[in-house]
Amino acid sequence: MTEKTSNDAPKAVSRRNFIKGVITSGVAVSSAGYLFRASTLLHGQQLTGGVGERLITLNVNGQQRRVDVMKQETLASTLRYKLGLTGTKLGCDRAECGSCTVLIDDIPHYSCSVLAHTVRGRKVMTIEGLASADGTLHPVQQGVIDEQGFQCAFCMSGFIMTAVGYLKTNPNPTRRELANGISGCLCRCQDYDKILTALMRGAENSRRSKLG
Amino acid sequence: MDNKKVVETAKTAERPYGAGYKLIGKNYTTPDLYAKVTGQAKYAEDFRADGMLFCKLLLSPMPHARVKRIHADEALAMPGVKAILTANDLPAPADTLTDNGTVIKASKWGERGLTNEPVYQGEPILAVAAVDELTAAEAIEKMEIDFEPLPFVTDPLDTLRPGGPNPRTDGNVWTRPTAPGSQGPGAPVVTELKWTKADFSELAKGRLPMGKTPDEWSYGDLDSGFKNAALVLDETFVTPDTSHQTLETRSAMAYWQNGKVYIHTGTQSTAQTLPAIARWLNISPDNVVFISEYTGGGFGSKITGGVSMIIAALLAKKTNTPVMMRISREEETFIGRARPGFQGRMKVGFSKEGRITALDMFVICDNGPYDAVGDAPSSGRIVSLLYQPQAMRWRGVTVLTNTPPRSAQSSPGGLQGIVIIEPIIAKAARKLGVDQVAIRRINCPEGKAPFGPLLQGKQQYATSAFLKEALDRGAEQFRWSERIARSPKRMGSKVRGVGVSLSCYVGGTIGFDGLLVIKPDGRIAFQSGIGNLGTESVMDVHRAGAEVLGVPWEKCDVVWGNTTKSLPFTCVSGGSQTTHAMTRAAYATAMDAKKKLQEIAAKKLGGKPEQYEVANERVFRKGGGAGMTLAQAAKYAIQLGGVYDGHEAPADVHKLTKASVAALAGQGLVAAAKDTYPRDGSTFSYVASFAEVEVDIETGKYYIVDFLASGDVGTVIHPRALGGQMLGRSTLGIGHAIGQKWVFDPHYGQMVSKRFYQSKPPTILDVPVDMQWTALDIPDPETPVGARGVGEPPVAGGCGSILNALSDALGDEIFQRAPVNADTILTSLEAGRPMQHPLMAHI
Repeated sequence: MTEKTSNDAPKAVSRRNFIKGVITSGVAVSSAGYLFRASTLLHGQQLTGGVGERLITLNVNGQQRRVDVMKQETLASTLRYKLGLTGTKLGCDRAECGSCTVLIDDIPHYSCSVLAHTVRGRKVMTIEGLASADGTLHPVQQGVIDEQGFQCAFCMSGFIMTAVGYLKTNPNPTRRELANGISGCLCRCQDYDKILTALMRGAENSRRSKLG
Repeated sequence: MDNKKVVETAKTAERPYGAGYKLIGKNYTTPDLYAKVTGQAKYAEDFRADGMLFCKLLLSPMPHARVKRIHADEALAMPGVKAILTANDLPAPADTLTDNGTVIKASKWGERGLTNEPVYQGEPILAVAAVDELTAAEAIEKMEIDFEPLPFVTDPLDTLRPGGPNPRTDGNVWTRPTAPGSQGPGAPVVTELKWTKADFSELAKGRLPMGKTPDEWSYGDLDSGFKNAALVLDETFVTPDTSHQTLETRSAMAYWQNGKVYIHTGTQSTAQTLPAIARWLNISPDNVVFISEYTGGGFGSKITGGVSMIIAALLAKKTNTPVMMRISREEETFIGRARPGFQGRMKVGFSKEGRITALDMFVICDNGPYDAVGDAPSSGRIVSLLYQPQAMRWRGVTVLTNTPPRSAQSSPGGLQGIVIIEPIIAKAARKLGVDQVAIRRINCPEGKAPFGPLLQGKQQYATSAFLKEALDRGAEQFRWSERIARSPKRMGSKVRGVGVSLSCYVGGTIGFDGLLVIKPDGRIAFQSGIGNLGTESVMDVHRAGAEVLGVPWEKCDVVWGNTTKSLPFTCVSGGSQTTHAMTRAAYATAMDAKKKLQEIAAKKLGGKPEQYEVANERVFRKGGGAGMTLAQAAKYAIQLGGVYDGHEAPADVHKLTKASVAALAGQGLVAAAKDTYPRDGSTFSYVASFAEVEVDIETGKYYIVDFLASGDVGTVIHPRALGGQMLGRSTLGIGHAIGQKWVFDPHYGQMVSKRFYQSKPPTILDVPVDMQWTALDIPDPETPVGARGVGEPPVAGGCGSILNALSDALGDEIFQRAPVNADTILTSLEAGRPMQHPLMAHI
């Protein structure tokens, strides 16, 4: 286990760095990244080996959050199980479905494939942080309400966060362009047509709110 | 699929629905959407309980084996490990007591959650609870199990061969022998069936062997139908096994309080999940509390949830601590259910106009190792309804294999049957020189269309069918004649093809209860026992009740998702029955409320009940005069008591409803009713599906240019939700055409397609950016509101229309099975004949 990975805090979390980060932590590579260990639940018992946690500070939804993380802990685990932000969903555990997408410095990332300790000093935004403090929905969330987008909605936060990130780079997309932009997310209800309509409405709402 | 050059078209304006109604047929925002869109909606795995333990499963590495010994000492000695659960800890399977008092004995072949004789790779053998997931996973790693390998089989044909291995120790097929002294078939039993060497001689010629089957029915004169046919085709077709792949896995969290178990897990149904849990745990339903406000997809795999949920419940009992069982995606692949694939063969006779004169259908259904699925018999009934053959025989066998368990998946049997016959009809139309729409029109069901086997000399029949109108509307909106005039057309390496497919499935049941309360503040609470699985029927059906009472939706609350919340007896949300069944119940309940309002008004204000009407949140004298608000009427109802405020329940409602009525007593005007409306016929919904594809014959890749689903689905209740079902379920079907399948290593019985990318459901880039749907909005004449279900009917049309568009582009000799992948197309085009093995399962 080295200090190197945590100190580097790479700007873009590549798959390679993710794997490297997991390997250097020296715990079972195949599964440990998405398994949940909470030290607070150990009731004072001895741990079974060098699984250390370290207190770090993460900027999540505009707040500085102090949290104990393992080296091999994914951002999705930290968000869901330590910060209580369960709007971020796990659908596949490893970068296939996009349900866990969050924004890191405004760029959509699969949080199941980002190590929590690598996002220190960066801004993490989840579905819970989109609406204003007064409860006003983000224009993209409002677009989903307007068009009754999604069915079971398990994929919804991933799609919305991806769309919010994509629209920052292309605020006025065609349906085709937006479909490409959100294609890293999987909807198993296969409600793609209505999702696209809802997110297009979200884009329109965003443009209008900026004009206003 | 890349190389997309699609002309951007604007979304076509939605047709206006709900003429003459205020709520029915209108769009609205469902009351669960705000929680979903803000991330506040809690799915099973989002719950946390104090001191909660975590459990992990040990899955069988072998497709069939016997557990000889479990060495657990080292694992259990680990700090933080709290308990182990094996099959020996499971309660004995409970018998089922039906509502009419019949006892159904628990099947000895049934699935129990954990096992000492795994019958598929990935079957859970034991579970460990520990203070956290990592510890539990480490404990699982330390377990050592001595297995005795047993014979196994992954392809139904292999076990039907003479001397072939059996997937279960006592047999390989499900049969339903008639019990002595009884009329119909009894409970299914596992027996052994082997076909002869002579039967299998067909296989060498690439044709499906057709040995003896346990099930068979027929009507009409098959021989003369074939004799008089202008064209007879005899074809085989293989449909894929596809996992449901719900995005939310079947994670479950459970704890016990005062002898009651509280279970959080995602299921399709709410009210009906409770008795299933009670049966699996072999405890009284009174001791079960089930919470599922949001479910991350079901598609038939979570009708009443999975038996695996009892693992969390039993570990919680053993440790006296809450237990969370988080199911990973890979675990879900094994325990998460799948659609059974079919190996099918059909001989079809056509008149020169394309009318089906005779149809001889033969199917082998790959059941997996556990409970009998109904796909094989369902496929015969659906095909007979949808194409109205003048004479038909159906034969089927449901074969067990050592592959993960199957269950109903959207249009169970309907998809497989329709997908086997549709390419044959497309081929016949080309051979006969008949238009593809015309050949389907001439075979379309209409009105009280008959279907299925003869029962006491008569076939059953549908409540109604307006599929011809849906086909015509679809052909017009899809500009069918314009498209066929230029198709197939080759430009460079690109070839276009168009396809149409019929589709139908069951669209409703009857006889369930509704329950509502008019509160003293004038608001109405609709008690909804329907599951919130994404179809929105949990909310939508109550719009019919609000419509009857003339109450604005803003004054209505829907109570759902928790069995302590006084829910009525409700249908399971499966088989597309909910919208039909529960609009009927909602309508009946609103009529009960209306009757009670009129009676209360007459009691308080004089006159007779029928002199009062209910509208604008008031009950008042017809033609003006005395009246009162619903809020006042609710207060009077409480004063009156008895039937008015729930102190008495109607005699004919289910005992579950009676208990809920009693729990709500005194809270306002309580209305409860059973749907007793007559129905002449069986309810089905119908869809005509249209697709255009473009194939690159140099790469074998193709993409879908356009898609339209045109539905005969009764009265439209909620247009946006309906559109979501029409296109969403179509796309589930499309997945079966363009790429989803299981792949097995038959030598070791190991599954190869374990993850999304290995059996990829369609992504947003696999479908056109502007899919289209339309619905006739013709009320079904046999139900009060006219609404039918719609989840399953579009599924087969999605698959069939794509397959037919592909054969339009490429010819009839490219594929004999679905899905059709780039390599299928490329290798077959080169060879000039289908190059995939025609009948082998899971390739």
